[in-house]
Amino acid sequence: MHPAFSVIFLTTLIGIGQGLFLALFTGQLYALAQLVPLQDSETFYAHGSALALVFLIAGLIASFFHLGRPERAWRSATKWRTSWLAREVIVLPAAMGLIAMYGAAHYLSFTKPLFTVSGVLPVDLTLLIGLAATGATFALFVCTGMIYASIRFIREWATPLTIFNFIFMGGASGFVLATLFSLFEAPELVALFGFWAIILTTAALITRSISLWRNANGTPKSTIQSAIGVRHPKIVQTATGAMGGSFNTKEFRSGSPASRVRQAKYLFMLLVFIAPLALLALALTTISSSLAWPLLALAFVIQYAGLLLERWTFFADATHPQNLYYQSM
Amino acid sequence: MTQLALVIDLNTCVGCSACVTSCKEWNTSGEAGPMTDMMPYGEDPTGTFFNRVQTFEIGTYPNTQTVHFPKSCLHCEEPPCVPVCPTGASYKREEDGIVLVDYDKCIGCKYCSWACPYGAREIDEKQKVMKKCTLCVDRIYDQTLPEPERKPACVLACPADARIFGDVHDPQSEVSVLIREQGGYALMPEWGTKPANHYLPRRKQEMHIHADELERADNPLSKEDLKIDDKDITSVDGFGGW
Ligand code: SF4
Ligand code: SF4
Repeated sequence: MHPAFSVIFLTTLIGIGQGLFLALFTGQLYALAQLVPLQDSETFYAHGSALALVFLIAGLIASFFHLGRPERAWRSATKWRTSWLAREVIVLPAAMGLIAMYGAAHYLSFTKPLFTVSGVLPVDLTLLIGLAATGATFALFVCTGMIYASIRFIREWATPLTIFNFIFMGGASGFVLATLFSLFEAPELVALFGFWAIILTTAALITRSISLWRNANGTPKSTIQSAIGVRHPKIVQTATGAMGGSFNTKEFRSGSPASRVRQAKYLFMLLVFIAPLALLALALTTISSSLAWPLLALAFVIQYAGLLLERWTFFADATHPQNLYYQSM
Repeated sequence: MTQLALVIDLNTCVGCSACVTSCKEWNTSGEAGPMTDMMPYGEDPTGTFFNRVQTFEIGTYPNTQTVHFPKSCLHCEEPPCVPVCPTGASYKREEDGIVLVDYDKCIGCKYCSWACPYGAREIDEKQKVMKKCTLCVDRIYDQTLPEPERKPACVLACPADARIFGDVHDPQSEVSVLIREQGGYALMPEWGTKPANHYLPRRKQEMHIHADELERADNPLSKEDLKIDDKDITSVDGFGGW
């Protein structure tokens, strides 16, 4: 498939925003369980939510570049009953709204417990909004993943692994950013977020490796024989019905030689997983030194660059059965 | 229920592309506006088409067959392109099964084209909306046209009569009879999309003449074919003759 930059930026940027929010709320839950000290509502939660929103908004803006008719984008929520794309269109602003409310509730210090569960668990407004926002964030991961995983013709995408990849890679990049952010705003949480960033990056490494292996093995369901209905092992296309190219010869191909797609795979494995894991480990052992923040910043930047490449490969690696009809040029 | 569709006879299609040009002519001048061409006189011309004729070569020389293969939207009975559309611009009509795009609602997200395994949808580079075969929905019901002309433009244009239009749900329709009796098949049946359009296979015309058909026992000509070696035969005439 043709890698569209709008979608590459959309999916990677909202992934960071979602992951960062999940990190913030994880911090709140740990504090609630009194495993880590409670953070300042304004500097930590409100600023953190604002940062997450920046990434979500940037992703939303990028998505508009994918549309031929962005002025009609409002129509795209209509068919939420059948279309995962419509569902994403609804869930994305919902998640953004809830994360904004979460930040606002912290900013306005709505932290007085509303009620207490079994006498030990104080529940305040931020916790309730945070729970709802967490639900929306995961729903958004599922919608984004299902947009691809539900296209059964593209076998590289049509697997639950697609959803897990989105969750783990988005989560990993968000938690790496959270680690960096907490270095300035909440040093007590650096180790916690760093630890989770390593776990999520490792989880993503595992699921993405499985999906790479899956894509490299297995046979496509359709053949040229079933495409034109002629039963002969040797069929060669001599004309596609277009002198120059057409939409069908561009949209469904990577536009890059297979060797470059292969190189991109090795490179993103290094940039998204190996390098950030090493940098995170290094940073966590030098938390109190002045080396920690450049290491974490580097981990975040390298991982994001790698994620752009990973998403590019996600598209470039996907094959579409319609290409059977467009083999010769 | 009605399901309008085309039956395409690969046995008679000569690959002349008359259907392609007549389709473009009719639909580009239609209500929905032009089907944009980009750089039509440039080095790399491209444009929007509802229908294309492709060519495949089957087998290895000298045992080869050229198959011309017209391809347009198959108006699937289970169209995977419809439910994925976020705006409802893509829809399948209840009354006649035609799959259409509402160009006024389409946001040009291309998602439906990903969900069509046949590559039947093409985006219009200028109008930025998705386009595809409409089975000439603006012509087949047009009461101002004489009855025989209420057919898709491609069907009327085909000089080889390789395109037949009708209701594949009516068992007695011409298309249904053809599919039933001439081995009509669907493309990529493995996806369960149930294409309404069907293709009739190549049928190589061969004459089989058996030896006994050439030399019939009652063939009067064969009587003159009697070979008589008279050297060994002594006839009455031979005795005492001249
Ligand atoms: S051929 Fe493609 S565009 Fe046409 S109805 Fe079937 S899936 Fe949809
Ligand atoms: S390109 Fe248009 S018709 Fe296709 S899915 Fe998007 S909005 Fe629907």
